[in-house]
Amino acid sequence: MNAAPAAAAAGTSIVRIRDLVKEYRRGSEIVRVLDGLSLDIRQGDFVALMGPSGSGKSTLLNLIGGLDRPTSGTLEVDGLRVDELSEASLGRWRADHVGFIFQMYNLLPVLTAERNVELPLLLTNLDREQRMRRVAAALKLVGLEHRARHRPRELSGGQEQRVGIARAIVTDPTLLLCDEPTGDLDRKSGDEILTLLEALNDEYGKTIIMVTHDPHAAERAHRVIHLDKGMLSEASG
Amino acid sequence: MIGKYLPLLASSLRRKRLRTFFTVASILIAFLLYGLAASMQFALQSGVDVAGADRLLTMHKVSFTQLLPASYESRIKAVDGVVAVSPQTWFGAWYRDERNQFPTFPSDPEAYLRIYPEIKLAEEQKQAWLTDRAGALVGRAIADLYGWKIGDQVPLRSAIWRRLDGSDTWEVTVRAIYDLPEGGDTRQIVLHQDYFEEAKQQAKGLIGWYVLKISDVNRAQAISRQIDLMFANSPAETKTSSERAMAQSFVNQIGNIGAILSAIVAAVFFTMLLVTANTMAQSVRERTNELGVLKTLGFSNGGVLGLVLAESVLVTTLGGLLGMLCAWWICVQFGPTLDQYLPGFRVPPDAFVKSLLYMLALGVVAGAVPAWQAMRLRIVEALRRD
Repeated sequence: MNAAPAAAAAGTSIVRIRDLVKEYRRGSEIVRVLDGLSLDIRQGDFVALMGPSGSGKSTLLNLIGGLDRPTSGTLEVDGLRVDELSEASLGRWRADHVGFIFQMYNLLPVLTAERNVELPLLLTNLDREQRMRRVAAALKLVGLEHRARHRPRELSGGQEQRVGIARAIVTDPTLLLCDEPTGDLDRKSGDEILTLLEALNDEYGKTIIMVTHDPHAAERAHRVIHLDKGMLSEASG
Repeated sequence: MIGKYLPLLASSLRRKRLRTFFTVASILIAFLLYGLAASMQFALQSGVDVAGADRLLTMHKVSFTQLLPASYESRIKAVDGVVAVSPQTWFGAWYRDERNQFPTFPSDPEAYLRIYPEIKLAEEQKQAWLTDRAGALVGRAIADLYGWKIGDQVPLRSAIWRRLDGSDTWEVTVRAIYDLPEGGDTRQIVLHQDYFEEAKQQAKGLIGWYVLKISDVNRAQAISRQIDLMFANSPAETKTSSERAMAQSFVNQIGNIGAILSAIVAAVFFTMLLVTANTMAQSVRERTNELGVLKTLGFSNGGVLGLVLAESVLVTTLGGLLGMLCAWWICVQFGPTLDQYLPGFRVPPDAFVKSLLYMLALGVVAGAVPAWQAMRLRIVEALRRD
C-alpha cells in the first residue's frame, strides 16, 4: 500500500463534476435524480455526502465510481473523463482506481475472507503468491489476518465490513467510495470502521467519499456535502 | 490462466450442495447410459467389421434355421468364380453348464481354412486337425476360458444334435488352437463335417448353410443371383448374400436395441439439457447481487459470461466424466461375463472423445441463456437485489 500523506496532495482536484444530470425513466415518467450538479473533490480529501432519502447521494456515488452513466454533464476522475469511457474500459478503470465499500458488505458468502479479498486481484497479472501476499497485507491492515480462512457467516458485522474494506484497498486504488459503511453496524463497530477509514485517509492518502445518514459518522470527514433534490444544498468543513 | 478462477467456480457449486449433487448425478446417469450404449453398439458392430467381403453365405430362403440339402455343395462349387465352399451347421454346443454356450460349426476343414485365411495356427496343429476326423479347431478365447490344451479330450454337449446312440455328448479332441488378428473373436469351435454327418442321428444329408469364397468381390452380386436362380422353384430355395451383409442384417435385427438405446440416450441428454439449464438459471438468479459485486470490482461483461458458462461446463464435465468412468468400470467388471453374448463389450476410445465434446456442448448450451442474462445485468440494479 502506497503511503501518500494527504497534505502533500491537497489542493489538486481528483474528482471534477460539471453540470451533472441523471434522469431515470419510471414508466412514462422521467425522474431527475441529479439536477445540474457541479462539484470538486480534492485529492486526499475525506468527504461525507449527506441528505435525505432520494436526494441523489448514492446515485452520485455510483456515477463517480463508473457504475452508472450520467444523462448529461461531465465527470472527471484524476483527469480522466469517466463519462466517456466504454463499458469495457470502465470495468478496467474501476478495477485499477476505485475501491467500493458497501453498507451490506456484499461479500461472497461461499468464499473465505482471503478469497473475497483476492477477488479484485484475479483481474491482474499477479501470480498466486503475489496475490496472497497482497491479501495478507490488506487483511493485516484491517486487523483480520487471523480470520483469513473464515467465511463471512463466521464473522461479526464489523469484521465483515473490515473484510469489505480489505477487498476495497487490496488493489491500492486512489479513490474509496463508501455507501453507508456503518449503516448496518452498532455504534462501537461503526466507530472502529470510521477510525479505519480515517487511517486510510491520513496515513495512506486515500481519497474517500462516503455516503451517510449518520451525523456522527459525517463528523469524522474533513468535509460534509449536503444534497437535496439532486442539488448541492450546503457544504461545510 | 483459468486456474485462478477455479476456487471461485468450485465455491459456486458448493453453494447449494444438494442441488449440485442431484444435477451432477443426473448427468452422470445420462453419460453412463451413453457409455453403455456405445459399448453395446461397438460389440455388435465388431462382428460386422471382421466379416469378409469376398465371402458369401447361401442359406435357406425362408430362414437360416431351415436346412439345405448337402447335395447343393457340388453345384455351388461348380459356379464360375466360386473358389471354395464349405457346409456349416449350427451345433448348439455347450460345456459343463448349458449356460456356457459358444458358436460351434461342423465344416469341411480344408475348405474352411481356405475361406478364412486370417485364421492363424501352427502348421503341425493344422495337419493334426485335418487328419483327425474327431478333432476340433478351437478358438484361443475358448481354450483359455476352459483351460483346454492340445490333445485334450473334450465332451461337448449339443442342445440340438444327438448321436446315433441317442447321446447328446460329442467327444472331440482339441487338435488345433487358432488366433485371429487384433480384435477378432476367437470364441468358436470348428468340427469335421464328415464326422458330424456320420455320427448324427437326425437330418441326414442336410446341412445348415454354405459359406463360400469368391475370386472377385465385384462379382458377388452376380454370383449370388446365379446360385439362387439355380435352386429357384426347388423344395429348398436359397438366399445368398455377402457375409458382411449377413452380419450387418443380423446386427440390424439386434441393432434395433442399439437404435432404441440411442433414442433413449438422446432423450435423456435433452432432459439433462433442461435440468442443467434450469439449475444454472436458478443459480444465476440467486446470485444477481453477487454478479453485480463482481462487475463492480471490475469483472467485464464477457468475464461474467465466461464465469457462468465455465460453471455450467464444470457441472456437465464433472457429471459426464463420472458417468463415463462408471461405464468403463462396468465394462471392465462385467465384460468378461458378457463376453459370451457380447464379445468386445467395452467403451470404445472414440466414445470417450465424443463424450468430452457432448459434455462441453451440453454445458455451453445449458449455460448460454443464464450466462447471457448475467452478462446483461446492470450493476446498479443488480446491487439493489438481495
